[in-house]
Amino acid sequence: MNPTVSAIPGFTGYVMVKLGNDLAYVGRKVRMIQLTSAKVFHMSTDSTVSSAGSQTTPIVKLTDVNKHYGPLHVLQNINLEVTKGEVVVVLGPSGSGKSTLCRTINRLETIDTGSIQIDGEVLPEEGKALANLRADVGMVFQSFNLFAHKSILENVTLGPIKVKGMKKAEATTLAISLLERVGVANQKDKLPAQLSGGQQQRVAIARALAMKPKVMLFDEPTSALDPEMINEVLDTMIGLAKEGMTMIVVTHEMGFARKAADRVIFMADGQIVEQATPEQFFTNPQSARAKDFLGKLITN
Amino acid sequence: MEKYLSLFTEYNIPAAFWVNIQLTFWAAIGALVLGTVLAMMRISPVRSFAAFGTGYVNIIRNTPLTIILLFGVLALYNQLGFTLSSDFDQNFFNLAVMGLAIYHAAFVCEAIRSGVNTVPVGQAEAARAIGLSFFPAAREVILPQAFRGSVVPLGNVLIALIKNSTVAAVSSVAIEASSVMKQMLEFESNLIIPIFATFAIGFVIIVIPVGVLTTWLSKKLAVAR
Repeated sequence: MNPTVSAIPGFTGYVMVKLGNDLAYVGRKVRMIQLTSAKVFHMSTDSTVSSAGSQTTPIVKLTDVNKHYGPLHVLQNINLEVTKGEVVVVLGPSGSGKSTLCRTINRLETIDTGSIQIDGEVLPEEGKALANLRADVGMVFQSFNLFAHKSILENVTLGPIKVKGMKKAEATTLAISLLERVGVANQKDKLPAQLSGGQQQRVAIARALAMKPKVMLFDEPTSALDPEMINEVLDTMIGLAKEGMTMIVVTHEMGFARKAADRVIFMADGQIVEQATPEQFFTNPQSARAKDFLGKLITN
Repeated sequence: MEKYLSLFTEYNIPAAFWVNIQLTFWAAIGALVLGTVLAMMRISPVRSFAAFGTGYVNIIRNTPLTIILLFGVLALYNQLGFTLSSDFDQNFFNLAVMGLAIYHAAFVCEAIRSGVNTVPVGQAEAARAIGLSFFPAAREVILPQAFRGSVVPLGNVLIALIKNSTVAAVSSVAIEASSVMKQMLEFESNLIIPIFATFAIGFVIIVIPVGVLTTWLSKKLAVAR
């Protein structure tokens, strides 16, 4: 089989080589790489442009963040900076604290010590100020969490109308353009339960985008999806990354990490064990913990 | 039999039931409003509100309705001169409505809270994540789903309220069903069983449709997940 050579989106200077068996360890995710490899070249050029224009101000900055669940020290001295336009993928075994980390960034989980800043502002503890800051941080959940009693359109317009005080007509126009972008505009009058999981998750992405967030958090966005629906969601996310959206993505999709990430963060036991470019991380992991994690992926 | 039928001309039994329905209607509205406020207090992140809601429910729910209605008439009206209407009879009616609403608000609160528990926590998280603060999140996302999930328990509270409206007899609402039955039993001692049966069946006729309606509504309004 001929090797397919493609540039990695989101960072410059090296290429990803895909041989028939080389990526077999990522199982079903290989298919996604094959399906979308044609787009990869476009993405690499786009992201080069966006990274050239990116600033060094961290959009998200975590300083010495600690959190306990009873005796469990779930986040241990986490320090992390995410700059504008950067796509950070957080990997790690279950229970490593990666979802908790993601949820602390818009304070769905509180922290014990340390500080979290969004675009230079310390995350407030409660009240109106917290709500305002949350509006700048888009969140996509594993279980979609679309408002079950509202139509698809209403799900997307609720935030702009109620939080940003946008006129209904204006919010509807915005919502329809976002729903078109994620490919579900034709479902706008249905209720969430009438859509497939993949469609629901794309609506959830549109709902978050409607707030024009500074950063998007994805908490295992494809883990609750049937395999055939994973690609549609990942493609939407890759499209976002390509447009320069700042993203923090907790996922098990190694294919997405390889393709769209600027940086991979590997967490284990509540700590950031390793940070590297995807290429470095997947081909030459430094820590024993990461080697073990990747090794387990290869054997199944 | 003729004797029995003459009861219906001597006493205005439908009017007696109508008073109970009116008591129920106004008290239900009051209890729904107050109970919703209490439920929001109990689920609010503000400790003192939550504590007040919990205190209210625990005290009022565990106090007999008779005590509350008697307090309204004997303490608020007789001793303190508190009135809710310049009209003598209307004042007692209003006091009874107030007592019934205060008492049943505790149960409405708990029914709504049970409805809130049917709303997955992710709904609240998603609402917060798009920047909604507590009240908009409650109004737009949590309560609409909670009400749909609490139709059956709310129906049960309404049924209890219909029946409890007869306790308004102690609150000097003289023409409601149990007061009229009391009069009839006093004057028609040879017909006590038919008189009891008449009022029992009357309430059954009022209550059963409420039960049927709430079951139907709960199915119709159920949130598809």
